[in-house]
Amino acid sequence: MLIRRREDIKSREITDESVYLNRRRFMREAAGITTASALAAAAPGLLLPRPAAALATDPDAKGRILEGVVESPYSTDEKLNRYKDITRYNNFYEFGTGKRDPANRSGRFQPLPWKVQVLGECAKPGHYDLDDIIKPHALEERIYRLRCVEAWSMVVPWVGVPLGPVLKRFEPTSKAKYVAFRTVFRPEQMPGQRRSILDWPYVEGLRIDEAMHPLTLLAVGLYGRALPNQNGAPIRLVVPWKYGFKSIKSVVTIRFTDTQPPTTWSMQLPDEYGFYSNVNPEVDHPRWSQSKERRIGEIRKRDTLMLNGYADQVASLYSGMDLGVFF
Amino acid sequence: MNRQPLTSRALKPTIFFAALVPLALLVWNAFHDGLGANPVETITHETGSWGLRFLLLTLLVTPLRRASGWQALARVRRMLGLFAFFYICLHFLTYVVLDAYFDLHYILEDITDRTYITLGFTSFVLLVPLALTSTNAMVRRLGGRNWRRLHRLAYVAATGGVLHFIWLVKADLREPLIYLGLLLLLFLARVPAIADRLARIRGSSPGESASSARQIAT
Repeated sequence: MLIRRREDIKSREITDESVYLNRRRFMREAAGITTASALAAAAPGLLLPRPAAALATDPDAKGRILEGVVESPYSTDEKLNRYKDITRYNNFYEFGTGKRDPANRSGRFQPLPWKVQVLGECAKPGHYDLDDIIKPHALEERIYRLRCVEAWSMVVPWVGVPLGPVLKRFEPTSKAKYVAFRTVFRPEQMPGQRRSILDWPYVEGLRIDEAMHPLTLLAVGLYGRALPNQNGAPIRLVVPWKYGFKSIKSVVTIRFTDTQPPTTWSMQLPDEYGFYSNVNPEVDHPRWSQSKERRIGEIRKRDTLMLNGYADQVASLYSGMDLGVFF
Repeated sequence: MNRQPLTSRALKPTIFFAALVPLALLVWNAFHDGLGANPVETITHETGSWGLRFLLLTLLVTPLRRASGWQALARVRRMLGLFAFFYICLHFLTYVVLDAYFDLHYILEDITDRTYITLGFTSFVLLVPLALTSTNAMVRRLGGRNWRRLHRLAYVAATGGVLHFIWLVKADLREPLIYLGLLLLLFLARVPAIADRLARIRGSSPGESASSARQIAT
Protein backbone atom coordinates (compact mmCIF):
# COMPACT_ATOMS: atom_id res chain seq x y z
CA MET A 1 0.00 0.00 0.00
CA LEU A 2 2.32 2.77 1.15
CA ILE A 3 5.59 1.30 -0.02
CA ARG A 4 4.73 -1.17 -2.70
CA ARG A 5 7.69 -3.43 -3.29
CA ARG A 6 7.82 -4.80 -6.78
CA GLU A 7 8.73 -8.42 -6.92
CA ASP A 8 9.70 -9.16 -10.43
CA ILE A 9 11.17 -12.48 -9.46
CA LYS A 10 13.78 -14.06 -11.59
CA SER A 11 14.89 -17.64 -11.56
CA ARG A 12 17.86 -17.84 -9.22
CA GLU A 13 20.27 -20.37 -7.93
CA ILE A 14 19.06 -21.75 -4.66
CA THR A 15 21.56 -20.92 -1.95
CA ASP A 16 23.85 -17.98 -1.56
CA GLU A 17 24.55 -16.83 1.96
CA SER A 18 24.57 -13.08 1.28
CA VAL A 19 21.36 -13.16 -0.77
CA TYR A 20 19.86 -15.33 1.92
CA LEU A 21 20.49 -12.66 4.55
CA ASN A 22 19.04 -9.95 2.32
CA ARG A 23 15.96 -12.10 1.88
CA ARG A 24 15.43 -12.15 5.58
CA ARG A 25 15.64 -8.38 5.72
CA PHE A 26 13.15 -8.23 2.88
CA MET A 27 10.83 -10.53 4.78
CA ARG A 28 11.04 -8.37 7.90
CA GLU A 29 10.21 -5.25 5.95
CA ALA A 30 7.41 -6.98 4.12
CA ALA A 31 6.03 -8.27 7.41
CA GLY A 32 6.02 -4.68 8.66
CA ILE A 33 3.95 -3.60 5.70
CA THR A 34 1.52 -6.45 6.34
CA THR A 35 1.15 -5.33 9.93
CA ALA A 36 0.44 -1.82 8.68
CA SER A 37 -2.24 -3.24 6.39
CA ALA A 38 -3.78 -5.11 9.29
CA LEU A 39 -3.78 -1.94 11.39
CA ALA A 40 -5.41 -0.03 8.59
CA ALA A 41 -8.16 -2.62 8.48
CA ALA A 42 -8.61 -2.74 12.25
CA ALA A 43 -8.54 1.02 12.84
CA PRO A 44 -9.68 2.85 9.75
CA GLY A 45 -9.68 6.14 11.63
CA LEU A 46 -5.96 6.00 12.31
CA LEU A 47 -4.64 4.92 8.97
CA LEU A 48 -6.11 5.55 5.59
CA PRO A 49 -8.01 2.46 4.53
CA ARG A 50 -7.34 1.11 1.11
CA PRO A 51 -9.91 2.41 -1.34
CA ALA A 52 -12.06 -0.48 -2.48
CA ALA A 53 -11.51 0.53 -6.10
CA ALA A 54 -7.90 -0.59 -5.86
CA LEU A 55 -8.88 -4.21 -5.31
CA ALA A 56 -9.26 -6.57 -8.24
CA THR A 57 -12.70 -6.63 -9.79
CA ASP A 58 -14.36 -8.51 -12.62
CA PRO A 59 -17.90 -7.83 -13.85
CA ASP A 60 -18.56 -11.58 -14.00
CA ALA A 61 -17.63 -12.14 -10.34
CA LYS A 62 -20.43 -13.62 -8.24
CA GLY A 63 -21.00 -14.45 -4.61
CA ARG A 64 -20.95 -12.75 -1.26
CA ILE A 65 -18.75 -9.61 -1.21
CA LEU A 66 -16.01 -9.81 1.41
CA GLU A 67 -15.68 -6.65 3.50
CA GLY A 68 -12.57 -4.96 4.81
CA VAL A 69 -10.11 -6.50 2.39
CA VAL A 70 -6.73 -4.80 2.25
CA GLU A 71 -4.03 -4.97 -0.39
CA SER A 72 -0.82 -6.82 0.18
CA PRO A 73 2.78 -6.09 -0.80
CA TYR A 74 3.08 -9.75 -1.73
CA SER A 75 0.79 -9.30 -4.71
CA THR A 76 2.16 -9.49 -8.22
CA ASP A 77 1.15 -6.77 -10.67
CA GLU A 78 0.89 -9.23 -13.57
CA LYS A 79 -2.24 -9.26 -15.67
CA LEU A 80 -5.05 -11.07 -13.86
CA ASN A 81 -6.87 -14.03 -15.30
CA ARG A 82 -10.57 -13.55 -15.85
CA TYR A 83 -13.01 -14.67 -13.16
CA LYS A 84 -14.65 -16.81 -15.82
CA ASP A 85 -11.45 -18.73 -16.51
CA ILE A 86 -10.49 -19.04 -12.85
CA THR A 87 -13.89 -20.54 -12.04
CA ARG A 88 -14.41 -22.74 -15.11
CA TYR A 89 -11.06 -24.36 -15.57
CA ASN A 90 -10.38 -26.29 -12.40
CA ASN A 91 -8.78 -29.43 -11.16
CA PHE A 92 -10.94 -30.48 -8.24
CA TYR A 93 -11.40 -34.23 -8.72
CA GLU A 94 -13.95 -34.34 -5.89
CA PHE A 95 -16.37 -32.97 -8.49
CA GLY A 96 -15.00 -34.87 -11.50
CA THR A 97 -11.83 -35.06 -13.51
CA GLY A 98 -12.89 -32.82 -16.41
CA LYS A 99 -11.77 -29.19 -16.24
CA ARG A 100 -15.38 -28.01 -16.34
CA ASP A 101 -16.72 -30.64 -13.95
CA PRO A 102 -16.05 -28.61 -10.79
CA ALA A 103 -18.06 -25.65 -12.17
CA ASN A 104 -20.82 -27.85 -13.58
CA ARG A 105 -21.16 -30.44 -10.81
CA SER A 106 -20.59 -28.53 -7.56
CA GLY A 107 -24.03 -26.94 -7.32
CA ARG A 108 -25.19 -29.20 -4.51
CA PHE A 109 -22.19 -28.56 -2.32
CA GLN A 110 -23.04 -26.71 0.94
CA PRO A 111 -19.98 -24.78 2.12
CA LEU A 112 -21.74 -23.19 5.10
CA PRO A 113 -21.87 -23.73 8.01
CA TRP A 114 -18.30 -24.99 8.18
CA LYS A 115 -16.16 -26.29 10.97
CA VAL A 116 -12.48 -27.14 10.98
CA GLN A 117 -11.09 -29.69 13.37
CA VAL A 118 -7.66 -28.82 14.75
CA LEU A 119 -5.71 -31.64 16.38
CA GLY A 120 -2.32 -33.15 17.00
CA GLU A 121 0.72 -31.45 18.46
CA CYS A 122 -0.83 -28.23 19.71
CA ALA A 123 -2.14 -26.76 22.96
CA LYS A 124 -5.52 -25.73 21.62
CA PRO A 125 -7.07 -28.53 19.62
CA GLY A 126 -10.78 -28.45 18.94
CA HIS A 127 -13.58 -27.88 16.48
CA TYR A 128 -13.48 -24.32 15.26
CA ASP A 129 -16.11 -22.48 13.34
CA LEU A 130 -14.90 -20.91 10.08
CA ASP A 131 -15.47 -17.42 11.50
CA ASP A 132 -13.47 -18.24 14.64
CA ILE A 133 -10.52 -19.08 12.42
CA ILE A 134 -10.71 -16.16 10.01
CA LYS A 135 -12.33 -13.23 11.88
CA PRO A 136 -9.44 -12.37 14.23
CA HIS A 137 -7.29 -11.61 11.17
CA ALA A 138 -7.48 -8.94 8.48
CA LEU A 139 -8.51 -10.22 5.08
CA GLU A 140 -5.88 -9.52 2.47
CA GLU A 141 -5.98 -9.61 -1.27
CA ARG A 142 -3.05 -11.68 -2.50
CA ILE A 143 -2.52 -11.73 -6.24
CA TYR A 144 -0.48 -14.83 -6.83
CA ARG A 145 0.71 -16.85 -9.75
CA LEU A 146 -0.74 -20.37 -9.72
CA ARG A 147 1.28 -23.03 -11.53
CA CYS A 148 -0.43 -26.36 -12.15
CA VAL A 149 1.65 -29.52 -12.43
CA GLU A 150 0.01 -29.93 -15.86
CA ALA A 151 2.11 -27.02 -17.18
CA TRP A 152 -0.51 -24.28 -17.23
CA SER A 153 -0.68 -21.24 -15.00
CA MET A 154 -2.95 -18.40 -13.94
CA VAL A 155 -2.78 -15.17 -11.96
CA VAL A 156 -5.44 -15.22 -9.27
CA PRO A 157 -6.54 -12.42 -6.89
CA TRP A 158 -7.12 -14.50 -3.77
CA VAL A 159 -8.64 -13.13 -0.60
CA GLY A 160 -7.53 -14.70 2.63
CA VAL A 161 -5.40 -14.55 5.72
CA PRO A 162 -1.81 -15.69 6.15
CA LEU A 163 -1.78 -19.24 7.52
CA GLY A 164 1.06 -18.67 10.00
CA PRO A 165 -0.76 -16.36 12.46
CA VAL A 166 -3.82 -18.63 12.31
CA LEU A 167 -1.73 -21.68 13.20
CA LYS A 168 0.01 -19.83 16.04
CA ARG A 169 -3.32 -19.29 17.76
CA PHE A 170 -3.60 -23.08 18.14
CA GLU A 171 -0.23 -23.00 19.93
CA PRO A 172 1.68 -25.75 18.16
CA THR A 173 4.11 -27.59 20.45
CA SER A 174 7.79 -28.11 19.78
CA LYS A 175 6.90 -31.49 18.30
CA ALA A 176 4.85 -29.87 15.56
CA LYS A 177 7.22 -30.37 12.63
CA TYR A 178 4.57 -30.68 9.94
CA VAL A 179 1.00 -29.62 9.30
CA ALA A 180 -1.40 -32.04 7.63
CA PHE A 181 -4.64 -30.95 5.95
CA ARG A 182 -7.69 -32.92 4.87
CA THR A 183 -10.48 -32.11 2.44
CA VAL A 184 -14.09 -32.77 3.36
CA PHE A 185 -15.55 -36.13 2.31
CA ARG A 186 -19.16 -35.76 1.15
CA PRO A 187 -19.83 -38.11 -1.74
CA GLU A 188 -23.50 -37.11 -1.71
CA GLN A 189 -22.51 -33.52 -2.54
CA MET A 190 -19.25 -34.24 -4.36
CA PRO A 191 -20.01 -36.61 -7.23
CA GLY A 192 -16.33 -37.22 -8.04
CA GLN A 193 -15.88 -38.86 -4.64
CA ARG A 194 -18.29 -41.65 -5.59
CA ARG A 195 -15.55 -43.21 -7.68
CA SER A 196 -12.16 -44.06 -6.27
CA ILE A 197 -10.17 -42.06 -8.82
CA LEU A 198 -8.06 -40.95 -5.87
CA ASP A 199 -7.86 -42.34 -2.35
CA TRP A 200 -10.44 -40.07 -0.71
CA PRO A 201 -10.45 -37.97 1.33
CA TYR A 202 -7.76 -35.81 -0.24
CA VAL A 203 -4.88 -35.08 2.11
CA GLU A 204 -1.97 -32.68 1.85
CA GLY A 205 0.80 -31.42 4.08
CA LEU A 206 3.50 -28.84 4.59
CA ARG A 207 6.59 -28.64 6.69
CA ILE A 208 5.90 -26.29 9.60
CA ASP A 209 8.28 -23.61 8.25
CA GLU A 210 6.52 -23.74 4.88
CA ALA A 211 3.18 -23.44 6.61
CA MET A 212 4.40 -20.48 8.68
CA HIS A 213 5.91 -18.70 5.70
CA PRO A 214 4.22 -15.31 5.12
CA LEU A 215 3.35 -16.21 1.53
CA THR A 216 1.28 -19.22 2.60
CA LEU A 217 -2.35 -18.23 2.57
CA LEU A 218 -5.65 -19.56 3.86
CA ALA A 219 -7.96 -18.31 1.14
CA VAL A 220 -11.67 -17.70 1.59
CA GLY A 221 -12.33 -15.74 -1.57
CA LEU A 222 -11.25 -14.50 -4.96
CA TYR A 223 -11.95 -11.29 -6.80
CA GLY A 224 -13.25 -9.84 -3.53
CA ARG A 225 -16.01 -12.44 -3.20
CA ALA A 226 -16.46 -15.62 -1.20
CA LEU A 227 -14.84 -18.65 -2.85
CA PRO A 228 -17.05 -20.45 -5.36
CA ASN A 229 -17.57 -24.15 -4.63
CA GLN A 230 -15.38 -25.19 -7.56
CA ASN A 231 -12.43 -23.25 -6.18
CA GLY A 232 -12.44 -24.91 -2.78
CA ALA A 233 -15.17 -23.20 -0.77
CA PRO A 234 -15.29 -22.15 1.92
CA ILE A 235 -11.62 -22.35 2.92
CA ARG A 236 -8.56 -23.57 1.08
CA LEU A 237 -4.81 -23.40 1.16
CA VAL A 238 -2.76 -21.39 -1.34
CA VAL A 239 0.96 -22.12 -1.52
CA PRO A 240 2.07 -20.14 -4.55
CA TRP A 241 5.55 -21.60 -5.02
CA LYS A 242 4.27 -25.18 -5.16
CA TYR A 243 2.29 -26.99 -7.84
CA GLY A 244 -1.42 -26.32 -7.55
CA PHE A 245 -2.38 -29.69 -6.10
CA LYS A 246 -0.54 -28.82 -2.87
CA SER A 247 -3.06 -26.03 -2.30
CA ILE A 248 -5.72 -28.29 -0.81
CA LYS A 249 -9.34 -27.21 -1.08
CA SER A 250 -12.37 -27.30 1.25
CA VAL A 251 -10.24 -28.01 4.33
CA VAL A 252 -11.91 -29.68 7.34
CA THR A 253 -8.93 -30.91 9.31
CA ILE A 254 -5.66 -29.31 10.35
CA ARG A 255 -3.33 -31.62 12.22
CA PHE A 256 0.08 -30.84 13.68
CA THR A 257 2.40 -33.82 13.42
CA ASP A 258 6.00 -34.67 14.21
CA THR A 259 6.44 -36.86 11.13
CA GLN A 260 5.94 -36.10 7.45
CA PRO A 261 2.25 -36.70 6.70
CA PRO A 262 1.07 -38.70 3.68
CA THR A 263 -0.18 -36.70 0.69
CA THR A 264 -2.73 -37.96 -1.82
CA TRP A 265 -0.84 -37.61 -5.09
CA SER A 266 2.43 -38.92 -3.71
CA MET A 267 0.54 -41.98 -2.45
CA GLN A 268 -1.15 -42.41 -5.81
CA LEU A 269 2.01 -42.08 -7.94
CA PRO A 270 5.10 -41.85 -5.70
CA ASP A 271 7.50 -41.66 -8.65
CA GLU A 272 5.72 -38.65 -10.11
CA TYR A 273 4.62 -36.53 -7.17
CA GLY A 274 6.73 -35.87 -4.11
CA PHE A 275 5.90 -34.34 -0.74
CA TYR A 276 7.48 -31.00 -1.62
CA SER A 277 6.24 -30.55 -5.20
CA ASN A 278 7.91 -27.19 -5.52
CA VAL A 279 7.58 -25.57 -8.93
CA ASN A 280 10.90 -26.30 -10.58
CA PRO A 281 11.61 -25.93 -14.31
CA GLU A 282 14.70 -28.11 -13.92
CA VAL A 283 12.95 -31.14 -12.47
CA ASP A 284 10.66 -32.60 -15.09
CA HIS A 285 7.58 -34.63 -14.38
CA PRO A 286 8.54 -38.18 -15.43
CA ARG A 287 6.07 -37.97 -18.29
CA TRP A 288 6.26 -34.33 -19.38
CA SER A 289 8.48 -31.28 -19.28
CA GLN A 290 8.12 -28.65 -16.55
CA SER A 291 10.41 -26.13 -18.23
CA LYS A 292 7.54 -24.17 -19.79
CA GLU A 293 3.96 -23.38 -19.02
CA ARG A 294 0.97 -21.91 -20.78
CA ARG A 295 -0.47 -18.92 -18.99
CA ILE A 296 -4.22 -19.23 -19.42
CA GLY A 297 -5.24 -16.53 -21.88
CA GLU A 298 -2.02 -16.80 -23.82
CA ILE A 299 -1.12 -19.06 -26.73
CA ARG A 300 2.64 -19.20 -26.66
CA LYS A 301 4.19 -20.94 -23.69
CA ARG A 302 6.41 -19.00 -21.33
CA ASP A 303 9.37 -20.22 -19.31
CA THR A 304 8.52 -21.60 -15.89
CA LEU A 305 10.30 -19.74 -13.12
CA MET A 306 12.16 -21.39 -10.26
CA LEU A 307 9.75 -21.78 -7.33
CA ASN A 308 7.15 -20.15 -9.56
CA GLY A 309 8.95 -16.83 -9.34
CA TYR A 310 8.96 -16.80 -5.52
CA ALA A 311 12.56 -17.98 -5.18
CA ASP A 312 13.66 -14.72 -3.53
CA GLN A 313 11.20 -15.29 -0.73
CA VAL A 314 11.26 -19.06 -0.23
CA ALA A 315 14.48 -20.54 -1.63
CA SER A 316 16.08 -20.30 1.82
CA LEU A 317 13.57 -22.87 3.09
CA TYR A 318 15.33 -25.44 0.94
CA SER A 319 18.96 -24.47 1.35
CA GLY A 320 21.17 -27.52 1.26
CA MET A 321 18.42 -29.74 -0.11
CA ASP A 322 18.71 -31.49 -3.46
CA LEU A 323 15.44 -30.50 -5.09
CA GLY A 324 15.86 -33.28 -7.63
CA VAL A 325 15.68 -35.79 -4.77
CA PHE A 326 13.13 -33.91 -2.66
CA PHE A 327 10.82 -33.15 -5.58
CA MET B 1 -23.98 -47.61 -60.09
CA ASN B 2 -27.59 -46.54 -60.39
CA ARG B 3 -28.69 -50.09 -59.65
CA GLN B 4 -27.54 -49.64 -56.06
CA PRO B 5 -30.08 -48.64 -53.44
CA LEU B 6 -30.15 -45.02 -52.38
CA THR B 7 -28.71 -45.82 -48.95
CA SER B 8 -25.59 -47.25 -50.54
CA ARG B 9 -25.21 -44.32 -52.90
CA ALA B 10 -25.76 -41.79 -50.11
CA LEU B 11 -23.38 -43.52 -47.71
CA LYS B 12 -20.15 -41.97 -48.93
CA PRO B 13 -21.23 -38.30 -49.15
CA THR B 14 -23.08 -38.61 -45.84
CA ILE B 15 -20.03 -39.90 -44.04
CA PHE B 16 -17.83 -37.34 -45.77
CA PHE B 17 -19.84 -34.41 -44.45
CA ALA B 18 -20.43 -36.01 -41.06
CA ALA B 19 -16.69 -36.49 -40.69
CA LEU B 20 -16.15 -32.76 -41.17
CA VAL B 21 -18.56 -31.84 -38.37
CA PRO B 22 -15.98 -32.08 -35.54
CA LEU B 23 -13.67 -29.76 -37.44
CA ALA B 24 -16.50 -27.35 -38.24
CA LEU B 25 -17.43 -27.25 -34.54
CA LEU B 26 -13.85 -26.52 -33.55
CA VAL B 27 -13.63 -23.67 -36.04
CA TRP B 28 -17.01 -22.29 -34.99
CA ASN B 29 -16.09 -22.43 -31.30
CA ALA B 30 -12.71 -20.88 -31.97
CA PHE B 31 -14.47 -17.79 -33.30
CA HIS B 32 -17.12 -17.74 -30.57
CA ASP B 33 -15.01 -18.06 -27.42
CA GLY B 34 -16.24 -21.64 -27.13
CA LEU B 35 -12.96 -23.49 -26.66
CA GLY B 36 -12.75 -22.81 -22.93
CA ALA B 37 -9.97 -21.29 -20.86
CA ASN B 38 -7.23 -23.26 -22.61
CA PRO B 39 -8.09 -23.31 -26.33
CA VAL B 40 -4.83 -24.94 -27.41
CA GLU B 41 -5.46 -27.82 -25.03
CA THR B 42 -9.03 -28.17 -26.28
CA ILE B 43 -7.93 -28.25 -29.92
CA THR B 44 -5.18 -30.76 -29.11
CA HIS B 45 -7.55 -33.06 -27.23
CA GLU B 46 -10.37 -32.81 -29.79
CA THR B 47 -8.23 -33.45 -32.87
CA GLY B 48 -6.44 -36.31 -31.09
CA SER B 49 -9.68 -37.91 -29.91
CA TRP B 50 -11.27 -37.67 -33.36
CA GLY B 51 -8.15 -39.09 -35.00
CA LEU B 52 -8.36 -42.08 -32.69
CA ARG B 53 -12.11 -42.46 -33.17
CA PHE B 54 -11.78 -42.46 -36.95
CA LEU B 55 -8.94 -44.94 -36.74
CA LEU B 56 -11.14 -47.31 -34.73
CA LEU B 57 -14.08 -46.68 -37.09
CA THR B 58 -11.81 -47.61 -40.01
CA LEU B 59 -10.98 -50.87 -38.29
CA LEU B 60 -14.67 -51.45 -37.61
CA VAL B 61 -15.62 -51.41 -41.30
CA THR B 62 -14.53 -54.93 -42.18
CA PRO B 63 -16.11 -56.75 -39.22
CA LEU B 64 -19.27 -54.70 -39.69
CA ARG B 65 -19.40 -55.55 -43.38
CA ARG B 66 -18.94 -59.22 -42.61
CA ALA B 67 -21.67 -59.21 -40.01
CA SER B 68 -24.13 -57.12 -42.01
CA GLY B 69 -23.32 -58.33 -45.49
CA TRP B 70 -23.60 -54.71 -46.60
CA GLN B 71 -20.84 -54.58 -49.20
CA ALA B 72 -21.16 -50.84 -49.79
CA LEU B 73 -19.42 -50.30 -46.44
CA ALA B 74 -16.13 -51.37 -47.99
CA ARG B 75 -16.12 -48.23 -50.08
CA VAL B 76 -16.05 -45.90 -47.07
CA ARG B 77 -13.13 -47.58 -45.38
CA ARG B 78 -10.50 -45.63 -47.27
CA MET B 79 -12.32 -42.36 -46.58
CA LEU B 80 -12.56 -43.09 -42.87
CA GLY B 81 -8.88 -43.98 -42.81
CA LEU B 82 -7.97 -40.75 -44.53
CA PHE B 83 -10.11 -38.77 -42.08
CA ALA B 84 -8.26 -40.47 -39.24
CA PHE B 85 -5.01 -39.35 -40.85
CA PHE B 86 -6.44 -35.87 -41.41
CA TYR B 87 -7.39 -35.35 -37.76
CA ILE B 88 -4.12 -36.83 -36.53
CA CYS B 89 -2.26 -34.43 -38.86
CA LEU B 90 -4.20 -31.55 -37.31
CA HIS B 91 -3.37 -32.95 -33.87
CA PHE B 92 0.33 -33.09 -34.74
CA LEU B 93 0.29 -29.63 -36.33
CA THR B 94 -1.42 -28.18 -33.25
CA TYR B 95 1.42 -29.59 -31.19
CA VAL B 96 4.16 -28.32 -33.51
CA VAL B 97 2.69 -24.86 -34.09
CA LEU B 98 0.65 -23.91 -31.01
CA ASP B 99 2.35 -25.98 -28.34
CA ALA B 100 6.00 -26.16 -29.31
CA TYR B 101 6.02 -23.02 -31.46
CA PHE B 102 8.30 -24.73 -34.01
CA ASP B 103 10.96 -25.15 -31.32
CA LEU B 104 12.77 -28.09 -32.91
CA HIS B 105 14.93 -28.75 -29.87
CA TYR B 106 11.86 -28.93 -27.63
CA ILE B 107 10.06 -31.22 -30.10
CA LEU B 108 13.01 -33.60 -30.48
CA GLU B 109 13.45 -33.78 -26.72
CA ASP B 110 9.76 -34.57 -26.34
CA ILE B 111 9.91 -37.31 -28.97
CA THR B 112 12.95 -38.97 -27.43
CA ASP B 113 12.24 -38.40 -23.71
CA ARG B 114 8.50 -38.51 -23.26
CA THR B 115 7.06 -41.96 -23.75
CA TYR B 116 3.58 -40.77 -24.63
CA ILE B 117 4.94 -38.45 -27.30
CA THR B 118 7.24 -41.17 -28.63
CA LEU B 119 4.21 -43.44 -28.94
CA GLY B 120 2.02 -40.79 -30.52
CA PHE B 121 4.66 -39.62 -32.95
CA THR B 122 5.52 -43.18 -34.01
CA SER B 123 1.88 -43.94 -34.66
CA PHE B 124 1.56 -40.78 -36.74
CA VAL B 125 4.65 -41.68 -38.78
CA LEU B 126 3.29 -45.19 -39.39
CA LEU B 127 0.12 -43.72 -40.87
CA VAL B 128 2.01 -41.68 -43.48
CA PRO B 129 2.79 -44.60 -45.84
CA LEU B 130 -0.78 -45.84 -45.44
CA ALA B 131 -2.19 -42.49 -46.53
CA LEU B 132 0.28 -42.30 -49.42
CA THR B 133 -0.65 -45.78 -50.68
CA SER B 134 -4.37 -45.30 -50.31
CA THR B 135 -5.02 -44.54 -53.99
CA ASN B 136 -6.29 -47.17 -56.41
CA ALA B 137 -3.15 -46.74 -58.48
CA MET B 138 -0.94 -47.51 -55.48
CA VAL B 139 -2.99 -50.58 -54.59
CA ARG B 140 -2.46 -51.87 -58.12
CA ARG B 141 1.24 -51.03 -58.08
CA LEU B 142 1.86 -52.79 -54.78
CA GLY B 143 -0.44 -55.69 -55.51
CA GLY B 144 -3.25 -56.70 -53.20
CA ARG B 145 -1.13 -58.98 -51.03
CA ASN B 146 1.66 -56.47 -50.37
CA TRP B 147 -0.84 -53.67 -49.92
CA ARG B 148 -2.74 -55.65 -47.29
CA ARG B 149 0.47 -56.54 -45.51
CA LEU B 150 1.55 -52.89 -45.43
CA HIS B 151 -1.83 -51.72 -44.23
CA ARG B 152 -1.71 -53.98 -41.20
CA LEU B 153 0.33 -51.10 -39.79
CA ALA B 154 -3.04 -49.54 -39.05
CA TYR B 155 -3.35 -51.98 -36.11
CA VAL B 156 0.04 -50.92 -34.80
CA ALA B 157 -0.83 -47.25 -35.18
CA ALA B 158 -4.19 -47.67 -33.43
CA THR B 159 -2.52 -49.54 -30.56
CA GLY B 160 0.12 -46.82 -30.32
CA GLY B 161 -2.58 -44.17 -30.34
CA VAL B 162 -4.47 -45.78 -27.47
CA LEU B 163 -1.26 -46.23 -25.45
CA HIS B 164 -0.36 -42.59 -26.18
CA PHE B 165 -3.66 -41.60 -24.56
CA ILE B 166 -3.32 -43.96 -21.58
CA TRP B 167 0.20 -42.71 -20.93
CA LEU B 168 -0.65 -39.04 -20.63
CA VAL B 169 -3.61 -39.37 -18.25
CA LYS B 170 -2.95 -38.32 -14.65
CA ALA B 171 -5.35 -40.53 -12.73
CA ASP B 172 -8.70 -41.03 -14.42
CA LEU B 173 -8.13 -43.84 -16.91
CA ARG B 174 -11.78 -44.44 -17.76
CA GLU B 175 -11.84 -42.75 -21.15
CA PRO B 176 -8.62 -44.18 -22.60
CA LEU B 177 -9.57 -47.62 -21.26
CA ILE B 178 -12.81 -47.44 -23.23
CA TYR B 179 -10.73 -46.94 -26.38
CA LEU B 180 -8.50 -49.84 -25.34
CA GLY B 181 -11.57 -52.03 -24.85
CA LEU B 182 -12.94 -51.10 -28.27
CA LEU B 183 -9.58 -51.79 -29.88
CA LEU B 184 -9.41 -55.22 -28.23
CA LEU B 185 -12.92 -55.99 -29.53
CA LEU B 186 -11.79 -55.03 -33.02
CA PHE B 187 -8.81 -57.35 -32.70
CA LEU B 188 -11.10 -60.11 -31.45
CA ALA B 189 -13.37 -59.67 -34.46
CA ARG B 190 -10.38 -60.61 -36.60
CA VAL B 191 -9.68 -63.92 -34.91
CA PRO B 192 -10.53 -66.36 -37.75
CA ALA B 193 -13.08 -68.38 -35.77
CA ILE B 194 -14.88 -65.20 -34.70
CA ALA B 195 -14.58 -63.60 -38.14
CA ASP B 196 -16.30 -66.63 -39.65
CA ARG B 197 -19.09 -66.50 -37.10
CA LEU B 198 -19.59 -62.81 -37.93
CA ALA B 199 -19.77 -63.74 -41.61
CA ARG B 200 -22.47 -66.33 -40.90
CA ILE B 201 -24.73 -63.78 -39.20
CA ARG B 202 -25.96 -62.56 -42.55
CA GLY B 203 -25.06 -65.67 -44.49
CA SER B 204 -22.39 -64.03 -46.59
CA SER B 205 -19.81 -66.51 -47.83
CA PRO B 206 -16.66 -66.93 -45.75
CA GLY B 207 -14.56 -66.25 -48.82
CA GLU B 208 -15.62 -62.62 -48.74
CA SER B 209 -14.08 -62.02 -45.39
CA ALA B 210 -10.56 -61.91 -46.76
CA SER B 211 -11.36 -59.88 -49.81
CA SER B 212 -11.79 -56.45 -48.32
CA ALA B 213 -8.58 -55.12 -49.81
CA ARG B 214 -9.59 -56.30 -53.27
CA GLN B 215 -12.94 -54.65 -52.86
CA ILE B 216 -11.39 -51.29 -52.29
CA ALA B 217 -9.28 -51.68 -55.38
CA THR B 218 -12.21 -52.45 -57.64
